[in-house]
Amino acid sequence: MIAPDKTVRASIEMPEPPVAAIPQLIVGAVFGLTFGFLLQKGGVGKFNVLIGQLALQDWTVAKIMLTAIVVGMLGIFPLHHFAKVNLHIKPTRIGANIIGGLIFGAGFALMCYCPGTGAAALGQGSWDALFGMAGLIAGSWMFAELSGWTRRTVEKWGDLGKVLLPDLLHVPRGVFVAGFAVTLTIILVLIQRFAAR
Amino acid sequence: MTPLDYPGPAWSPYLVGTAIGVLSWLTFYVSDKPIGASSFYAQVAGFLGKLCAPRHTVSLAYFQDNPPRMGWEVVFVVSIIFGAATAAITGGEFTNEWLPPMWVARFGDSIALRAGVAFGGGILMAFGARLAGGCTSGHGISGTLQLSMASWISVICFFLGGIAVAIPLYRL
Repeated sequence: MIAPDKTVRASIEMPEPPVAAIPQLIVGAVFGLTFGFLLQKGGVGKFNVLIGQLALQDWTVAKIMLTAIVVGMLGIFPLHHFAKVNLHIKPTRIGANIIGGLIFGAGFALMCYCPGTGAAALGQGSWDALFGMAGLIAGSWMFAELSGWTRRTVEKWGDLGKVLLPDLLHVPRGVFVAGFAVTLTIILVLIQRFAAR
Repeated sequence: MTPLDYPGPAWSPYLVGTAIGVLSWLTFYVSDKPIGASSFYAQVAGFLGKLCAPRHTVSLAYFQDNPPRMGWEVVFVVSIIFGAATAAITGGEFTNEWLPPMWVARFGDSIALRAGVAFGGGILMAFGARLAGGCTSGHGISGTLQLSMASWISVICFFLGGIAVAIPLYRL
């Protein structure tokens, strides 16, 4: 078993130059093209599908996310166990996660696209995404302006560092992954059974 | 008028979700990166800041820890636009419209109103994403699949906040 902080590959230890190496950028482009293609085919570039999820009438977003989580988890944890990938865990800061999460959600309901699906909406010709993307750039700047203050305040509230759910509950990771995959699959079956879409 | 009166996904959400899960294996294995989108907008804000006020920009705490750079994340999100365009054009779903039909049915055909609401929503969303540490991709898919506690708390709050605002706007 490998701790989440343990680096099994060298890349994240090296300082990053202002422009990444060309092969890395080409690979990023291929992955981005694939992700954008999948988002559009999954319908999550569509205004009504996204707002339909937040209005609890269209469950497409939950189906895609939960399926991706189950499949992703069942690959990443074995790969990590055999030291083939690094984990990239964000620190748990309960105050910042909750307050930032709620603010994000309110903004999501207004823009009706999120940062990734907004780019997909723009690609499919939904030009109103441009206004939202301009807002995302402006909001990022405003956060940067206040980042010294948030560090001294909100980001200190409930700062637990990098925490994985199985470690929190003292359950072996493999056991937790198996049990969680089954649980999320049952939720998917229930959504499929009871949601109109 | 409900969201179900408008077109849904072209492909099965389970097929798309499975493919995104497999894609996440590949981004971890090949690029040593999780799928994520929101940091792109912070990078663009940083590039613009460096053009307008370089010394002020580098003095900000966020940009000291995350210096703007032309990296994987930037190329990844720009490529999402072209990937989605390819999917929409090949699937006959290219919309070419300034206002979504469902928005027009609910709030009328003022582009200025939609622009203002979307811009304000974007500001809130980016601020929230930076405070929480990620968005629906970085926390909602990549973080949750790594079983990160931060990501599960954040994604639950994304949807609680979103539902609390969307229900009055779209269902009442």
